[in-house]
This record gives sequence, structure tokens and C-alpha cells, in this order.
Amino acid sequence: MRIGIVCPYTWNVPGGVQQHISDLAEALITSGHEVSVITPADEDALLPHFAVSAGRAVPVPYNGSVARLSFGFLSASRVRRWIREGGFDVLHVHEPAAPSLGVLACWAADGPIVATFHASYEKSRVVAVTVPILQTALEKINARIAVSEAARKTLVEQFGGDAVLIPNGVATERYAMAEPLPGWPGRGDGGQARPGGGTLGFLGRMDEPRKGLQVLLRAFETLGRERPGLRLLLAGPGDADEILAKVSPELRDRVVFLGLVSDQDKVRAYHSVDVFVAPNLGGESFGIVLAEAMAAGAPILASDIEAFRRVLQDGRAGELFPVGDAGALARAAADLLDDPARRKQLSAEARAAVRAYDWSTVARDVVRVYETVLAERIGVVESSLGA
Amino acid sequence: MFYAVLAVALLVLFGMYAFWRAGRLDRLHVRLETARAGLDAALVRRAAVALELAASRLLDPATSLLLATAAHEARTADNERREFAESDLSRALRAVVDQPGFRPGLGDRADALLDELETAAQKVAFARRFFNDAVATIRTARRRMMARALPLAGRAQLPEFFEIDDVPPAL
Repeated sequence: MRIGIVCPYTWNVPGGVQQHISDLAEALITSGHEVSVITPADEDALLPHFAVSAGRAVPVPYNGSVARLSFGFLSASRVRRWIREGGFDVLHVHEPAAPSLGVLACWAADGPIVATFHASYEKSRVVAVTVPILQTALEKINARIAVSEAARKTLVEQFGGDAVLIPNGVATERYAMAEPLPGWPGRGDGGQARPGGGTLGFLGRMDEPRKGLQVLLRAFETLGRERPGLRLLLAGPGDADEILAKVSPELRDRVVFLGLVSDQDKVRAYHSVDVFVAPNLGGESFGIVLAEAMAAGAPILASDIEAFRRVLQDGRAGELFPVGDAGALARAAADLLDDPARRKQLSAEARAAVRAYDWSTVARDVVRVYETVLAERIGVVESSLGA
Repeated sequence: MFYAVLAVALLVLFGMYAFWRAGRLDRLHVRLETARAGLDAALVRRAAVALELAASRLLDPATSLLLATAAHEARTADNERREFAESDLSRALRAVVDQPGFRPGLGDRADALLDELETAAQKVAFARRFFNDAVATIRTARRRMMARALPLAGRAQLPEFFEIDDVPPAL
């Protein structure tokens, strides 16, 4: 299948939508499809072989922050030419409600159009003004995909209609291998037993109560005393001093903060811990962090919320403990730290289970959407009228 | 004289607007028909895969009978009964597939067929969303004053949503 993908945001500025498109395009190409991505990009930007530039994006205030978007006649004519010369079977537009290439592509094309909605926000007044402008573009879309339940809700509230839910994938191979961080022994091959030692890991916003760091800290109060070598590795945005104040003074030197980490260090952090703890109290729809840790093969101990139970296959790919129960967390962590064979088994199970969330699975579902709208096999052509 | 020109100008503007609206409704109906064709194809394919599974001799005769009946009902139902029949097929597929030990019990001989069934069931869910999405858009557009005041949509009936239980079996 020949697929034309439209990216609304500058390629060379990191962002969730760009990452999504890049991972999706690679997964589609791997499964034998032809993909061309059109995207705003700076002149000297290095683009992957499947991407073409629609020119430089301009920083403009949009939706409360400054976004780099492509608009105007020049962008419109480049999109038009890309569609005319592309010969695509299906056009896949991302974030078509943003004032950028997506909406231009919808205007310029006739034929099967699929759109993915990423953003989720509260209904704003701006939307009431933009809906009539977007109407023509949005009405040409044959199939709508939302990447999360929140994105779907946003889209339904703003524009009506409905969308299918296809969540983001996890680039599992990106997490599979990494050196542990310097100063951390890491698990090695399933992790050898270090009596009284070991490392518990946590990743997430530390100042967000729903991420449940306080539960882990309470458990560490007992665990840290029982095991004089046990360390806690915390990664994610948050105020270190504020968190340390909650830890007993004699345990503080065994709590290590990485703060906000780069993607690379994040992977290394997953490989540095003996047990990865996800003590969330709720509010997770999927748990991308959990999936990443699973892809890294970290043995997982997670609270028994519905989303985690599903991802961990009812406890087969990771231990579950009652939500918010620090005592149960401490006991389960102690059992795991004392049982290298169990950790090794959990690690293997996690790596296997996370394949269901790999980009190849996401790409397969997206192709099914393409096939659904391709019923008549007409392909994408340049629109004869302006709309 | 001025008023005459104004009246003509307004009339022309109004005409252009009406023409544009009519074009939009026409485009929406094309999208609806495409979505309808996609949904129809997805439903027919799912029934076909269910029938093939029933005829494959991979299943026990009771299960085969259950599936074949549901698939046949879905395929032959008239418009009035179709939503019920398709929902019944969804439920029958789940009842069959969700039996404990269903997939391991079949071994890998059934893999190709079950993969096809999974694809077909998911495509039904997808296609139905896209169809209902198109229906909702048209209904909103047609409900607007202009479209009602002017018979722009021709004699096309207000499209109905297609409401079924389409939860796919857990394969």
C-alpha cells in the first residue's frame, strides 16, 4: 500500500506527535508498505529517508503556547504537489485540527483520508470559532483514530462524531538493551542475589500524588532498615529536597534522585534496578512507563489498578500488590529481592507480554483502518476545487 | 436603483452559498456511502470467516452448529433484523472463543483462520465507528436551517445509525 502521512509539527523539534509518526512510519515500512511523510522542517534538518520537507515552520502562539507550524500559500502548494505526485492509496493526517499541514492536506486531497487525533484538552472558547473553519477539512476524513481515551473525549466534545482508539506503541527494541548507569550494578543476567542489597526503581512525576511515590517511600522506611544495602533510584521531575524530607535521616543517603532524565538515561535506569516499582494510585489509562520497563526486562511490582492488571496479564508478567498498601509493597519487594529465579522469570514474561504494545501491533491495527476505508480502491487525488 | 442592485447582489450571494452547501451535503453523502460499503464488506467478511471456521472441522459439532447458525442469520437478515443478527454473531463468536483453553485446544492448525477472524472482527468495529461518524455528521448538517428550508439533500432519507454489539472476541 502507498501511504502518505502528514506531520503538522517541525520534524527537528522533539515531540510526541513527531515520535509517533516516525515510529509508525518505520513499522509500516518494515511490514512492506511504501510510506512518504511530509513535514515542516528547518532547511538544515536531517530527515529520515521516508520524509520530505514542506518548508520551514514558523513559531506562532497557538493554544496557549508557542508552536512551530507550517501554513500559508507556499506550504499549501507544496502539500498539493506532494499529493499530486505521490499516488497514495490512503492519506493519513495527524492532528488535522492544528493550523498546519494537516488541514492543508485535507483541503488539497480527495479520496480515502484517515486522521489521528493526539491532543486532549478541556473545551475552550477558541474551538467554537475554529470549528466552522475546520468543518470542510474534517468532513472529508473517512476514519478517525484517537491515541487515548482522553483524546477521543476531546474530539467527540469538540467536533462530534466518534473515533476508534488505537493507543501509542512502545518501541520495545529501543529499551531492550542498555548499560546500567555508572555506579549501579544492574541486573546482569536476571540479577545475582546481593544479600541485604539491591535496588528498587521508580519513574514518574514525584510531586503528583497519583503516581504513588509516597507509598513506595513508606515501604522503604521498613525495607531500608531490614536491608542495609538496599537503594532507591528515583527518576522524573520533582523537588528532591521536598521528597527527602519525607525520608528518615538515616535512610536518606540511599535514596538517589536522577531528576528529569534523557531518553537514553531513562533506558539505562530501567536496566539499573532489580525491581521496578509502579505504585500508582489510579488515573492511568495505559501506563506507558510500565510498558517501557517491561520492554527493558525489568522485574515489575505494580499496584493492582485495572490498567496495570491488564498490561501485566493479571500478574503473570509482573507482581501486583493492593493499591496504596505500603506494607504489602514492602513484603512483595522483599520476596522478589530474595528470589533471583522469580525475577528472571518475571523479566522474561514481561518482555513477551509487552510485544502486544509494540509498534508492529499498532501498525497492524492502523493498516486495518486503512483497509476499512479503502473499500473502493480509488486512491488519493488532488482535489479539483479548493475544498 | 440602489435597492435593485443590492437585491440582485444578495440574491447572487445567497445562491452561491446555497450552491456551496449543496456541494457539501453531496460530498457528505458520498462519504456516507463509502462508509456504508466498508461496513457492509466488513460484516459480510466476518460472517464468511465464521462460516468457514464452522465448516473447518476444527471445532466440535455443537460449536460449529452455533457459529454456522449465527453467521447464517447475520448474512441473511433483512434490514430490520440485521442489527440484532450481527450483535448475536458477535456474542456467539465471543461465547465460542472465550471458552477456557479454546486456542491451545485447537493447536496451530487453526492459526491462520483465527487470525483472519480477529482481523475481520476488529474491522467490523472500526467500520461501524466510521459509518456512525459519517451518519452523525450528515444528521447535524441536515438539521441546520438552510438545508431544511431548501431541499438541497434531494429526497435522501435522514440516515440511521448502525447500532450493534461489536465487541470482538479475545483472540
